[in-house]
Amino acid sequence: MKIIGFITVIITALLLLQAERDFPNWGDPESPASSYRLSQHYITETYHETVVPNMVTAVLADYRGYDTLFETVVIFTAGIAIIGILRVFGGNQAEHKEPQLTKQKPDLILQTTCRLLLPIIQLFALYVVAHGHHSPGGGFQGGVIFGASFILLALCHDLKYAQKWVPERRILNLAGFGVLLYAGFGVAALMFGENFLDYGILTHLLPGSIEEARSHSMLGVEIGVGFTVTAIMFSIYSLLSSNGKMKEGI
Amino acid sequence: MTWIFDLILLVFMVITALISLHVKDLLSAAMIFGVYSFLMCLLWAGMGAVDVAFTEAAVGAGVSAVFLISTVLRTSRRSSD
Repeated sequence: MKIIGFITVIITALLLLQAERDFPNWGDPESPASSYRLSQHYITETYHETVVPNMVTAVLADYRGYDTLFETVVIFTAGIAIIGILRVFGGNQAEHKEPQLTKQKPDLILQTTCRLLLPIIQLFALYVVAHGHHSPGGGFQGGVIFGASFILLALCHDLKYAQKWVPERRILNLAGFGVLLYAGFGVAALMFGENFLDYGILTHLLPGSIEEARSHSMLGVEIGVGFTVTAIMFSIYSLLSSNGKMKEGI
Repeated sequence: MTWIFDLILLVFMVITALISLHVKDLLSAAMIFGVYSFLMCLLWAGMGAVDVAFTEAAVGAGVSAVFLISTVLRTSRRSSD
């Protein structure tokens, strides 16, 4: 069986190498992706149309808003699926032989370091979300970092302690709220008679010009993504580390 | 001269990928997978895709390593094959 696997890998590698010769060089200005006029439009016009200097964020959250909306929905669905598969409710009948984890007393050094680091990590996560327009980052990365801060809390104390701040019910509410916040911006645009997720028209609701309304809506949308990602990341961790019982972590 | 740096990164990536497949101890496999993600992140950053590098560092190296390790601690630590 190993031989067959090895041969398959070699053949696939050869095919991939063969296909690689047709790829354009890295950073080639003549490559189809660079010479297509839509890319030109993004590069030259993004700042004038949305006052967002980081065009990656502008493309993700504005021009390709549908993409990111459904990416968020995918994360939400994946989280729900993981909860559906892993979550164990109630009794001890499913108490088959679990590997016994050695219970240690909470470590003072760990807890103090955690207490010092946690605000910094969370502040950085908020910065990444809020500053996604001007520098690399955005809702997804910021949400992951924010979720990681709760994971750190659960690792340094225990799962119970972290769940005081993010109980299971609040996690699910937050995940749903994030998707709804994103979709809400689209619906708000619909209300004013524009297309779904066409933020320019939200200038009636938000301060500033049409361009600034697009920028502000992008921030709102990123916050929605951040909520969903934070909630789903922490819920995946708490399910995995507690065998689906959400009672005792690692 | 950057191609030397890229070459080192690529070689290390292949090495870490092979090691994480081969190692019998699943905990170290998970950690080496995190190292792989960090090398991948450096490679993205070297190509100027800073957003992707950021995501890779946060998701690939940070959170998914924690997921893998917590799963290993809750299941079994030795690989059976």
